[in-house]
Parts: sequence; C-alpha cells; structure tokens
Amino acid sequence: MDAVKRYFRSPAAVLGLVLLLIIIGMALSAGYFYPRDPLALAGRPLVWPFANPRFLLGTDNSGRDIAAQIFHGARISLLIGGVATLIAVTIGVLVGALAGYYGGWIDNVLMRITEAFQTLPNFVLLLVLVAVFGSTLTTVTIAVGIVSWPAPARLTRAEFLSLRSREFVQAGRTLGMRDAQLILREILPNALPPVIVYAGVVMAVAILLESALAFLRLSDANVASWGNLIGLGRDVLRVQWYVSAIPGVAILITVLAVSLVGQGLNDALNPRLKQR
Amino acid sequence: MRILSLAGRRLAASIPTLFLILIGVFLLLQLAPGDTVDAMMAQMGGGDAATARELRRFYGLDVSVPVQLANYLWRLVRLDLGFSAIYGKPVASVILERLPPTLLLMTSALSFAFFFGLVFGVIAARGVNRWPDTLISTVGLIFYATPSFWFGLMAIVVFSIYLQWLPAGGFEDIGTVSTGLWRVLDIASHLVLPSLTLGLIFLAIYLRIMRASMLEVLNLDFIRTARAKGLDETRIITRHVLRNALLPMVTLIGLQAGTMLGGSVVVETVFSLPGLGRLAYESVVQRDLNTLLGIVFVSALLVIAVNFITDLLYARLDPRITAEN
Repeated sequence: MDAVKRYFRSPAAVLGLVLLLIIIGMALSAGYFYPRDPLALAGRPLVWPFANPRFLLGTDNSGRDIAAQIFHGARISLLIGGVATLIAVTIGVLVGALAGYYGGWIDNVLMRITEAFQTLPNFVLLLVLVAVFGSTLTTVTIAVGIVSWPAPARLTRAEFLSLRSREFVQAGRTLGMRDAQLILREILPNALPPVIVYAGVVMAVAILLESALAFLRLSDANVASWGNLIGLGRDVLRVQWYVSAIPGVAILITVLAVSLVGQGLNDALNPRLKQR
Repeated sequence: MRILSLAGRRLAASIPTLFLILIGVFLLLQLAPGDTVDAMMAQMGGGDAATARELRRFYGLDVSVPVQLANYLWRLVRLDLGFSAIYGKPVASVILERLPPTLLLMTSALSFAFFFGLVFGVIAARGVNRWPDTLISTVGLIFYATPSFWFGLMAIVVFSIYLQWLPAGGFEDIGTVSTGLWRVLDIASHLVLPSLTLGLIFLAIYLRIMRASMLEVLNLDFIRTARAKGLDETRIITRHVLRNALLPMVTLIGLQAGTMLGGSVVVETVFSLPGLGRLAYESVVQRDLNTLLGIVFVSALLVIAVNFITDLLYARLDPRITAEN
C-alpha cells in the first residue's frame, strides 16, 4: 500500500501511467473508432492533417487513413512489446535462476552463452533471425524476445546469488525441500520484483527494436505498425513529412510512458534509492 | 605492464565466446530458406540443376553441415571469410571497404555522446532537484525514448530540406572531386547529422549515469576533506570528483559498443552511408548469407576490441584495479 502511495506522489510516474493508459485505450478502442481495415484505401492520397474532417491526421502515400493506422498500430506495438518482454523475462529468469542457484559448471556454461549473446550486437542478431525465419508478426515478436533476454538473466542470477545462502533458504533445505521447490517457492518470489521492474526497460527497448525493423521493411508488412508507416513516409519526406512525423511521436510517447512507469515502480519499490 | 596482462587475459577469455557466436550463427543460417547458390541462381535469372550442383561443389556447399562448419572455422583462422556471390568479391574485402565510415560514425557519435553527457551530467548534478536538473533530466528522458531513425528523418527535414545547411545523406559529395582538407570537411559535413542521430540515445544514457555517479561521489568522505581544506568548487569537481565519477561512464562505453553498432545499421540506412551497418541490411535483403556471417564475426570482434580498450582505460583511471590482483 505504501508503495502505491509513493508511486502516486511522483508526478513523472503519474504522467507515465496516464500516457500508458491513453495508449492502451487507443489500442482497445481501435476496433470501435476505426472498424475498417486500417490498411484499406480510405480516400485521396497525401491529404494533410486537419485538412479533411474525415481524416483527422491525414492520409498516407496510398490514401490510407493515418489516424486509423495510429490506433491499430498501438495494438501491434503493445502486443509485440508485451509478448517479447514476456519471452525475454521468461528465458532470462530461467537461465539466471539455474546459473545463480547451482553455480559451478552450470553457471559457467550459461554465463558463457549469455556473454556470447551480449557480445553480438542486438540488432545484428535480430537481422540474422529475421533473415532465417522470415518476418511475420510471430517470428518478429519471438526474435525480439530472443535478443533481449541476457540483461534479465544477469539480474536474476545476481539476485539468486545473494539469496541462495540466506537463512530461510537454508531452513528450507534442512526441511528436505527439493531444488525445484526451493527455486520456485522460496527464492524466486524474492528475486522477482527487481526483474519485473526491469521489464519496463526491456519493453521500451523491444518496442524500439520492432519499430526499427519495421522501418527497414523487415517486419510484417501486413499489419498496421508505426514503424511501417514511418518507412512509407520516408518516400514522401521532402514535402509530406507529416506521414513519418506522426507515427514517430506515437512511438516516442509509448516508449516514454513505459520508461516512466518502470522508473516510477522502481522508485516506489526501492524508496532508499530515490534520492539519486 | 600489469594492465596489459590483465586486459590480455580478458581478451583471451573472449575467444571461446567468439567461437560460440560463430558456431551458433553458422548453424542458425543453415535453417535459412535457400543458400548462397540459390541467391546467385536467382540473380542470374535461373539455371538448371546441373549448374547449381556445380556451383555448390565450387563453394564447398555439397558436403555435410559439420564438415562445412569445420571448413569455415579453418578458413577463418586464416582470416578468409569466404566469397560474396552478390558482390563478386571476397567477403573480407567487401567488409573492409565498408568499415571506415562505420568506425568514423561510431567514434564521432561516441565522442559527442560522451562529451555532452559528461557536461550535462555535471550541470544536472550540481543543481540537483533545481530547474537545470529537471530540464536536463526531462530532455534526456525524451531523447532516450526517441527512435533514432525517426529523429534522423526529422533532422533531414529540418536541416537538409528547409534550412539546407547540411547534406541529407551519403558519405561524400560525388559530384565534385575534392582532395585534402576539402575532402575532410566534406566528409565531416556529411557525418554531422548521422552522428547526432546515433549519439542522441547514448547522450541520454551517459547523462543519466554521469549525474548519478557524480551525486554518489560528491557524498564521499574525501570530497568533504577536500572542501574542508579549502579547495574551491571548480577544483573539487575537476580534480577529485570527475576522475572517480568517470569510471561508470567508461564501463558503459564497453557495454554499449554492441548497441551502438546495432544502431548504426538503422542510422546508416537513413542517411545512405556506405558502412558496415548498411551492408548488414543489404545482405539480409539480398540473402547474401556469407557476407552476413562475416559481418557477425567482424561486429563481435569490434565489440571485443572496444571492451579491450575500455579495460585499459579503466585501469589507467583507477590504479586500484591493477593493484588488487
């Protein structure tokens, strides 16, 4: 309860939450406000924003409603960001828990693999994965998740290393609990909060990674994604720069909201660190 | 010398990592639909099965996967990265041609981010929780959330299209052949926007870390001692705080080297710079898997090299690191 109060005392955290709720609201109401396929032709191409009340944010190069793509794009961004984060955190927690709990050669092997993933630039690995598995919504989401797991893994490992020799774990061991029980029931609940807070950072990066991929036209072209729209707008950048500008603002606000909420949660849960 | 041996040991430890990456990515690329020969045949406009078989034998693709992997690693030891069917040249020379723009871009973006991150971090920390701090932190947060390719496009709109101050893309002006100083200036003017674009996110990160580590160091006892003995604030900051607060910043260079290289893929594409990142993108689009694998190798090598340099710098800034071992 205290943490909730602390959270709402920070204006930045509240602003982040409000922005995030607006984005989620857009994603949920996309079907209601724009029931038609957002990638269907809607009118004349390259109508400027506010020029035609039917297209509040104008239309893109091929006459598709930009506002509809922004609303439906919120779904895609949140979906890819959310699922990729879930994948990254799951792999990360699994690897980090095993490495931190068992130590020894298991730790060595797992940390070598983690290091390999960290040495290879994220985005280059993402390109390799897309080159191999193609670029549908599913493969892109999984690929973004796969390149993002090392940081949560290291965080979980550090938590496990400091928790595994605490009294309550030793007590559990004396009681004859098995490793799986100790890991899942005793250590994990205590190790998880910082990892969950860090998930905010993972999600922000995941959204940025997907949008960059979409901008390069290496993401799924059959869904209304903000990155896709920026890539399209690049062709008419010289005069109709708004086609690229509008979805970029949407990405900026979403990433900002996710980071602010993550930071707010961090400050609320670790009040001693707040002075920084 | 201790520094060198210490950093050298860490360098040696990264060799297995490098091989792990190469083996992993090599096996991964075996799953890709179509190989180099398929890509070549497509470029030639098709051909019969006999030609394909002939080409596969020529490129050593007709043997089993483990043998191919062994062959590849053996060639790699001799620094032979294979042959790019798309560019019609050895992969090593294709990559070498593309390396200078990327290295230039990364260096200038890093210097920009490091310098301004440091300056703004110090300003923010000195006025903590007052308006300069709030302003700098807010702007930093917005920079952090900005997709770099979008910032690049908007910078082109403002600085190249409306104001016409800077070129919108390319590495140098191909219309006019310039030499010497003029060529340097020409390339520099082409690199301003890409460096700003690539450096922006890192500027935000450096600024945040610098601010935090300044605040931490400012609370330590030896700073109180320095104040007590009557040093003025500027001297305390430059002589005592900065050197210690710089340590996390230097660590960050090593940690962020990979991210920066990844970011240059996007930035080079936006500004059509003929660099390594753009080559990575092109080789994905053209299914030039040999080149892609070569880029994986070189970028991992680059990250390891940056970390080696960071280790050296780190030991230079903090003598305790070499003394402890």
